[in-house]
Amino acid sequence: MFRYFIRRLGGAIPTLFLITAASFFLMRLAPGGPFDKERRLPREIEENLRRAYHLDEPLWRQFLRYLNGLLHGDMGPSFKYKDHSVAELIAGGFPTSMQLGGAAILLALLIGLFLGIAAAFRQNSLVDYTASGTSLVGIAIPSFVIAPICTLVFGLYLGWTPVGGWGGFTHAILPVVVLCLPVIAAVTRLIRASMIEVLNSNFIRTARAKGMPERITLTRHAIRAALLPVVSYLGPAIANTITGSIIVEQIFSIPGIGRYFVQAATDRDYTLVMGVTIFYGAIIISCNLLADLCYGFLDPKVRYD
Amino acid sequence: MDAVLSVADLQTVFATPEGDVHAVNGVSFTIGRGETLGVVGESGSGKSQIFMSIMGLLARNGRARGSVRFKGQEILNLSLAKLNKIRGEKMAMIFQDPMTSLNPYLTVRRQMTEVLVEHRGMSETQAQREAVRLLERVQIPEAGRRIGMYPHEFSGGMRQRVMIAMALLCSPELLIADEPTTALDVTVQAQILELLAELKRDLGMAIVLITHDLGVIARLADRVMVMYAGNIVEEAPVRDIFRSPQHPYTEGLLRSMPRLDENHGGRLRVIPGQPPNLQNLPSGCSFRERCSYAMEVCVTQVPRLETIATQRCKACHLKRLPA
Amino acid sequence: MNVAPAPLPTIAVQPEITGRSLWSDARRRFLRNRAAIFGSIVLLIMAIGCFGAPYFGLRSPAEINWDRISAPPFWWPVPSEKAPGPAAAPQAEAPQVQDTDAAGGYDISQFQQQQQEQEQAQPAATAPADTGRYWFGTDENGRDLFVRTLYGGQVSITVGLVATFVSLVIGIMWGAAAGFAGGWLDGFMMRIVDILYSLPFIFFVIMLTVVFGRHIVLIYVAIGAVSWLDMARIVRGQTLSLKRKEFIEAARAAGVSNWGIIRKHIIPNSLGPVIVYVMLTVPAVILTESFISYLGMGVQEPQSSWGTLIADGVHAMQVAPWQLLFPSLFLAITLVCLNFLGDGLRDALDPKDR
Repeated sequence: MFRYFIRRLGGAIPTLFLITAASFFLMRLAPGGPFDKERRLPREIEENLRRAYHLDEPLWRQFLRYLNGLLHGDMGPSFKYKDHSVAELIAGGFPTSMQLGGAAILLALLIGLFLGIAAAFRQNSLVDYTASGTSLVGIAIPSFVIAPICTLVFGLYLGWTPVGGWGGFTHAILPVVVLCLPVIAAVTRLIRASMIEVLNSNFIRTARAKGMPERITLTRHAIRAALLPVVSYLGPAIANTITGSIIVEQIFSIPGIGRYFVQAATDRDYTLVMGVTIFYGAIIISCNLLADLCYGFLDPKVRYD
Repeated sequence: MDAVLSVADLQTVFATPEGDVHAVNGVSFTIGRGETLGVVGESGSGKSQIFMSIMGLLARNGRARGSVRFKGQEILNLSLAKLNKIRGEKMAMIFQDPMTSLNPYLTVRRQMTEVLVEHRGMSETQAQREAVRLLERVQIPEAGRRIGMYPHEFSGGMRQRVMIAMALLCSPELLIADEPTTALDVTVQAQILELLAELKRDLGMAIVLITHDLGVIARLADRVMVMYAGNIVEEAPVRDIFRSPQHPYTEGLLRSMPRLDENHGGRLRVIPGQPPNLQNLPSGCSFRERCSYAMEVCVTQVPRLETIATQRCKACHLKRLPA
Repeated sequence: MNVAPAPLPTIAVQPEITGRSLWSDARRRFLRNRAAIFGSIVLLIMAIGCFGAPYFGLRSPAEINWDRISAPPFWWPVPSEKAPGPAAAPQAEAPQVQDTDAAGGYDISQFQQQQQEQEQAQPAATAPADTGRYWFGTDENGRDLFVRTLYGGQVSITVGLVATFVSLVIGIMWGAAAGFAGGWLDGFMMRIVDILYSLPFIFFVIMLTVVFGRHIVLIYVAIGAVSWLDMARIVRGQTLSLKRKEFIEAARAAGVSNWGIIRKHIIPNSLGPVIVYVMLTVPAVILTESFISYLGMGVQEPQSSWGTLIADGVHAMQVAPWQLLFPSLFLAITLVCLNFLGDGLRDALDPKDR
């Protein structure tokens, strides 16, 4: 188990390095520097600016400087918001994004597990059709369609919820629902398929042949085995939620990291785009690591490797 | 001889999108106390599905009709709660594939003790003591230590031993072994057969041995039932089957088996053709298309299983096989 | 005497035991799947509609009708004189659903619009009162939304297909090579896939568009380049299991070269799962493209995709909900049908994975 964890950790660190390197060099590849866009600056000022941002140094020095900064939680200044550092902006947006994303993931897991298990037990029943209908909607209708329609219907026509902004429970309802729909869809499908497979497996047949009451067969033998694919889906689920949050924060005017990212991308605010990418990369990697750990606890084959 | 299990006119049908598949077409037989019944047939002959029906383990789309009495009590299509009082306790089953038949996520201990806790109301410690005793009984070395392991830490043969021990936990009166050695290496097969023979001698329970391997039958069975396309085609004491098969199919099976004591000119004979399509059985005898003795009556009339001598039945229009 | 046709009757009676091949079996299962058939038909109509649009004698997607700015479809129910009636009250509470964030590319588009307006000025002037019927209404520039949706579909579907093809080529090469090479090379290549797998892709695609500007070819490459990972895994798995099969051994023994084995045996034999995965990749890619275009970082004016049309529709949804409705509907229908088709193929080609 320990070795397994160390191996996973050993995989995570190069990944994070790769993300950092890729974003750094991609950003430096960009034709035109961050100051090109504005009115042409006097030469001395531009040089001073370049020096202030260390743009006059060789690329590898800049990269090392950036890495060193990263280790100290410093991602440099934002090019757009001149008086804020990237780290400050991210730290400012993160609590909001995390509340939104966390609530969405939790809700999605709860609903997805329930729907998926119910659908597997009652195949071709009303629950099953509801589940597959929900997952179809969640998979096929993108959040940037559902979100505006929801604001239109519930916010504007019916006036039940605020149409945007953040703060308080009512503000969270629509964004969380929109954000968790695709995850519900994926979890439901996954659980239904794995539950059906497990219910048809030989070891469930053995449990039944042993005369175990159906309740024990299901809880002790089936559900645990059926949960494993969901655990390995957790990493991608979190990545999907983060991706979705870009759109959702944008549409509902929620002051989170995703909104900064879109803003930064349209403004070509290189440091902020880079910072957010690396930050979310780190989050996704840690979540994957965590999911691997859970998997290790649930699957004895991994545990003793 | 009073019967542990008596089956009458059992039919098993699977509903598939292509139409119904008739896996078992009205079979009747009994198993006596302490008797070992061998059930032979090709894959798809319905031999396993008979016992899956009896154990209530049919796939979702399967339905069984007829009558199955376990010591006089009707158990076919019994409610799950009542059936669970019998299976695992009085009637146990082991399966072909020991690699997948044990739950990979639970320790052997958990999988064994739960049976005793459920059926016997034992405490966890009592149950574990009993489980270790049985693991030792099936010759698993260091049973006390290995009981805490997970199935993937055991070899195939060892897993089958665990399965057998698990089946024997409540000293059942009937043990159904569905191809218990098929998935194992040849040397391990021999060991498992040895173990089953020993258990049969010592415990005196009735055993059903489902197999396509006549060697296994010769080794363990008292009586043999030959299945073809969902029907019993011949039933006889084991010695008679090997000495003088009466059904053309049985004869074909025996001829296709390598033997040391006879010379077939160096070649094994195969039964020509393929088993019939169970969705759409041919008229008359289901074996007629592959039978070298087929007559006109075989096309029109289904042969019934008839007694031809003491303890011997066959379903064939031919009175006697030409020697 | 020997000619006597004694065995013939038995042969005649013999039920048909045609060797059911994998493919004919799969076709039978697929044809029985009503959702998949329905999906295929709808997709076919959608494709013909979108790609045939230039030949149907419809309006040009750039044609501007100044009299009909944001006009509703001719069949749209008109509730009252003031169109956005119910929206008026809550609007005060939250003045703007959409802040101008997404409109980053807006300035450019307006500039281009002006250019187009100049180009289109003459026909618009000569035919002042085009009271023609608009099936889906018009957009805020008085362009036919139906035509624009069809042309947008061209872009979305093309991106879906091209990017999937890119991912297919990379994925098959990578997966087959890794699986076939085995050993440390396999480990190394798959490790790379693992690493790439845990990257936040959308961010990279967006970063690529930030760096290299917004061009449709870039979208193809960027999306394709990030979607090949699953394909590589599937092909590698197939390759590994096929490699141990006897017929590969036989080919090897017969002196067929490695590349020959990959080309003649491994690729054709892993086709089933690959086809299934391709069908599941296409909707994912279309979704990604529209996501990026929605954010204003993908397809640029005067071209449009469903994503950009939806983004425009969101801006106008309070006054002209049809501008959001129709592109969304087209996108959703396409995605649903692609999913039906993909699921149908999966069930048909890989029956155990149900």
